[in-house]
Order: sequence, then C-alpha cells, then structure tokens
Amino acid sequence: MIKADSRVRKKGAGKLKRVGIPRGLFFYYYYPLWKSFFVNLGAQVITSAPTNCLTVQQGIDSMVDESCFPIKVYFGHIKELCREPIDYLFVPRIVSVERRSYICPKFMGIPDMVRARIKDLPPLIDTIIDYSRDNKMMDNEILKAGKLFTSKISRIRDAYQAAYKELQFCKALAGQGYTMAEAINLWEGIPQPRFNCDTHLTVGLLGHGYSLYDQNISMNIIDRLRSMGCKVVLPEELDKQAIESRAALLPKRIFWTLGRKMVGSALYMAQSQDIDGIIYVACFGCGPDSMVGEIIERKIAGKPYMLITVDEHTGEAGLVTRLEAFCDMLKRRRIRNGADHFSPHG
Amino acid sequence: MQITFPHMGNVHIAIKSLLEKLKLDVVTPPPITQKTLTMGIKYAPEFACLPLKINIGNFIEGLENGADTIIMAGGWGPCRFGYYAQVERDILQALGYRFKMIILEAPDSNISELFNQVKDLGENVTFWEVLKAVKFVWHQINAIDQMEKAYEYHLAYTSDKESADKILSTGLAALDNCFHKKDVDRVCSDTVTSLENLPRHNKPVLKVGLVGEVYTILEPACNFNIIRFLGHMNVEVTRSIYLPDWVNDHLFKGMLKKSNRKEVYKQAAPYLNYWVGGHGRETVGCTVGFARRDFDGVIQIGPLTCMPEIVAQSVLQRVSEEERIPCMTLYFDEHSGAAGVYTRLEAFIDMLERKAAAGLNIISGRIN
Repeated sequence: MIKADSRVRKKGAGKLKRVGIPRGLFFYYYYPLWKSFFVNLGAQVITSAPTNCLTVQQGIDSMVDESCFPIKVYFGHIKELCREPIDYLFVPRIVSVERRSYICPKFMGIPDMVRARIKDLPPLIDTIIDYSRDNKMMDNEILKAGKLFTSKISRIRDAYQAAYKELQFCKALAGQGYTMAEAINLWEGIPQPRFNCDTHLTVGLLGHGYSLYDQNISMNIIDRLRSMGCKVVLPEELDKQAIESRAALLPKRIFWTLGRKMVGSALYMAQSQDIDGIIYVACFGCGPDSMVGEIIERKIAGKPYMLITVDEHTGEAGLVTRLEAFCDMLKRRRIRNGADHFSPHG
Repeated sequence: MQITFPHMGNVHIAIKSLLEKLKLDVVTPPPITQKTLTMGIKYAPEFACLPLKINIGNFIEGLENGADTIIMAGGWGPCRFGYYAQVERDILQALGYRFKMIILEAPDSNISELFNQVKDLGENVTFWEVLKAVKFVWHQINAIDQMEKAYEYHLAYTSDKESADKILSTGLAALDNCFHKKDVDRVCSDTVTSLENLPRHNKPVLKVGLVGEVYTILEPACNFNIIRFLGHMNVEVTRSIYLPDWVNDHLFKGMLKKSNRKEVYKQAAPYLNYWVGGHGRETVGCTVGFARRDFDGVIQIGPLTCMPEIVAQSVLQRVSEEERIPCMTLYFDEHSGAAGVYTRLEAFIDMLERKAAAGLNIISGRIN
C-alpha cells in the first residue's frame, strides 16, 4: 500500500532505489518472494493500492477490449504506479513456473504489451520467469535483476534464498484457511480477522488466484460466501500431491499450471464428502478457463457445480442472487440427505 | 476403419490423399456450412474459440456419414489448440457417438516420432510406402499453395473476377482426384496458366497483408472468405501463413524446406520479444515486414478470445504508429452477419485508397 509520505518525496531523494510492484496477476502468488528479494538488496518496494474503480477504469482505457479482465486490471495498477516516484517497475514475463507447463500466452507477452500501450514508463525489470526446461536460465535472470542493485553475486543469491523462505512461510499461512491475499497481509503485519461464524455449508471455490483474491475482480466472493455461513475451501489449502495425482487421471496432461491445479482440485473436492458444492470463478475471455471449465463440468458429475464468469461489469446483485440460490440448493440437499431431488448443476 | 478428419481450408485434399495412400478408407466431412457451425455452437463450450466449434461440427457430420475413427492433431501449449482433441472426444462421447480417436501429437524431440505415428495409422504399410506417401502429399500441398497464390494475385488484377473464382475451384476439384505427381503438376500449371490469361483491368491495385491465426487465415468458412472479398475489390492479398510453411515449421520442424521464421522473429523485435504461443509472434513480425515492403495496409484476423492474437493485437497499435502502416483487427466468432464484416473491410479499403491517392498527389506535387 502506498504510504502517505511517499507521494511527497521526489524521485531520487534518499539513497534507496524504489521498485514498484503492481498489485495484480501473480502478485497474489509471489509477492512475498518479490518484495523480500528487492528489500534484501536494499531497495524500497512500493505496491499499488488494492484494485478500485479508478484502477479498473484506467486499465480498461489502456488495454484492448478483447483482453481478459485481470490483464486490464493489471494495466490499471501499472498506470497508478507510473505516477509514483519509482526507479524501476517490476513487470515479469511469466512463461512457466514448472516443467513443460505454461500459464497463458498473455502472461508471456506482458512486458511487450505494457511497453506498447503505456507511455512514460519507468525502466522495466522484465525478468523472464521460465522453468519449462531447466533452472539455469532462471539463475541468470535472477542475477540480471539483482545486478541493478548490487554487484555482489553472493549477495543476490542470499537475497533470493531468504526471499524464497518468506514465500514458503506465507504459503504455509495460506494452508491454514487464510486466502493468499490475507496471508500476504498477515505476512506484512496487518492482522486479519478469522472467520469463525458457525458454518453449516462447505463450498470449494476454484479460480485463478489473481481473480479470486482480488476483491474487485471476484466481487468479494470469498467474504460473501463466508457471510452466508459457508466454509470456503481454496485450492491452496489442499495437499499439492493429492491435486497432482487427481489431475494425472486425465488422459492427457494439462499444460497450463493453473488449469491443472483447478482440475485436480475439482476432482479432489468432488470425491470429498465434506464439500457440499463447487464454484468456479472464470474470467470472460480466458482461454484456459474455457477448456478447463468444460472438463471439470464433465468430470465431476454428481457434485453441485456452478460456473461464474466475471468481467468488468459491476452488477453485484446478479452475483449475490446466484450465490444465494446455490447455497439454498446446497442446504436443501443437505436436509434431504441422500435424496437426489435437486439438480446437481447450479 | 472409416476415418474422418477436421477441415482447414483446402488441406482436406492433402489429408485425404495421405490417408488413402496409407490404405485407409476416408470419409471427407462435407464442406463447412451454416449447419456445421450451428451444431458446433450447440455442443462446444461457449467461450471456446471458433476452430473448436467448427471441428465439432465437422466430426458430427463425418460420423453421421459413416466414419468410425477421427484423426486430430495435438500439441503442448500454451495455445488452447493442444487440448482440443481431448475436449472434443469428451463432447462427442457424451453425445452418444462411438468412435476411435487418433491424436497425432506434434513431435517433442525428433521427426521419426511423427513418421512412426503416421506409420502406425496405416494398415500393413511399409516405412517406404509412408515415405512415398508423405513425399506425394508434400508435392500436392505445394501445388495447392501455388494455385492459391496465383489466384490471390490475379484476382486483384483481372476484370473477370467470377472466372478466376471458377478456375480455382475447378482446379482444386481436379487436384482432389490426382493420384500421380504428373497429374498434380499438370492440374497446377493448367490452373496457373488460365489465371494468367484472364483479362486485366487498369485500375489501381492495393496491396494488403493478411496476418493472424492460422486456421482463420486458411479456412474461408471461418473468415467470410475475406481473401475473395478483398480480391473482388481489387486488393492483392499476401498472407503471413501459407500451408507449406505451416506444415514445414510445425509438423516437420523445418526439415522439408528452409524456414523464414527466424527472419520474421527478428522483425518482431523490439515490439514483441518472446514467443507467445500460436502465431502471435509471426503476426507482429509479418506486419513489420509488410510495412517495410511498402504494403498499403495490414488486416489481422483471428478467432475471438484467441490468446496469442490478443497479445499481437495489443502491440500492433505501436507497430502501426512506428512503422507507419494502417492496421485493422477482425475477430470471428459465432456471428453470421457477413454484411457487418464486409462494411468494415470496405471502409478500411476506402481509407487505404484515399491514403494511396493522397500519397501520389504529394509526390506529383513535388515533381511539378
């Protein structure tokens, strides 16, 4: 979050180099790593404010219409950071975070799209994150980014090692029922309320982290479900190996990291007795989601399932109505335990 | 075994002769019509891209014409195409069709994988016969390409557009019935000669580059036959993707002929510096290439929500400004209103015409 005094400071004031990290896309998966890395190297990290109307508006204005909503929001965050006195803007090119799997073509073109569409950019740190073949290239990329701040290679390596531990810590928090967004807040020292209301339903919530944990994109779906008395189970809480083993049941390995995680989680949740229903939050125009949503719907027959597509529309009432209807259906199913009077599809 | 396959422009001629040379019974799906599209739309996921919807339509029509086996290509991402076959199989099985699906995965490491896949497909064929079949089909693909290229060029310059259309369709139909290299050569040269002999007009001809996603470019049913429409408006269309290049680059890893992909990638920098799956990088690189070869404009086409093309589209504006070339993007989906697309194309071509005319005036003004 931008501190009030940071706006007053002029560019170059003080010795610290300032790095801007947009609060979008893989922020919710890797922010602790990125922040600690730059802070360990003696930089100051600035993030944009949580997504708000202005972010959305600026994002929609600066990105092509056909793009998906999270990408537009990301552009909004970059626009906001461009007004801050920062020395570098961290816009990684995230190709792949594991062997032979990708995220999405749009992630692979992000730095180029940003350069093409936003004028007056600060220098970009466009680290290429690509683990699809080996880790060697990644090593070089980390050193390249680190060399902007220090010439000592050992210091860069130490900074990365320490930062990686911070990420693990944050992920451990997320395993305890916090969302990644809450875990990041906790990690930054902002206390988070625990939702301890008496839950009578358990809902598995799937979706890409950058849409689920962004309260604006997902229209706050997690808190809405919680306030309706649902315990929300997120993919981050599930055992990673269990997810992988379920996803491996498909005849062909899914080559999108997030897509495979979603299918694996859905299959896992479908077999779990504790989970009453599954909600999938997809983004309008998302390529992998159009396939993954279909696969899930076909593979989890018997478990109530609802696909919610979000984009820049702001009609929250529509979402609330659908959630309420879905929860009502789950409750009735529970009362008439075992009876199949209600369609399992929301 | 009755085998069917998806359509992609005139590729069906080549696929059919390949499968026949492998001693298989082929059921060519009927040409893509509104009915094909309607069935595809009905059963395919709503937000999937258009090629998947058309594929489903093709398969249903193929299966209803007696096929019991489907052959389909695969891939390893990040473009959605790599997972098409899996989703399509699930959809068709849920509809109650009983069939076998053979998925040709693009070779991960070496070319012999593909040869072996093709060999396994055939019944009692030797490696030598496979090699011969591939060689013949490659020849046929090149013939299709030559005919299409000649058509695209002469269509813009001739005053008798209808005859040009007719010559190409007769030529392709004749090619479909060729079983020997000699016949292929004859049909090809006949078609090209008759196209060359068409009467000419002396109106100005605009040169437009057509870039974008491969299926949309190659399949006229997917793009409202944009090449023919532009040709009828005296526009010479040059594509970013031709069939032999695609087969060479994607199926044979550049073994059949020298690839110009590196050149294209070089031109894509600094606008797009990394591969983004599909043909995103080619779209940007070719647009730059067209601009530097003094084309009048570039039209980008793709299926709606195509991820690589969205990346390309979002940098094309910068390319357009810096390389000084007018660009237009058209996405195609379930909508069937050709008039809307044609109006936009006409407006774009009008603009290019005026720009070209203005450019000439400036030059003549200087000379005078």
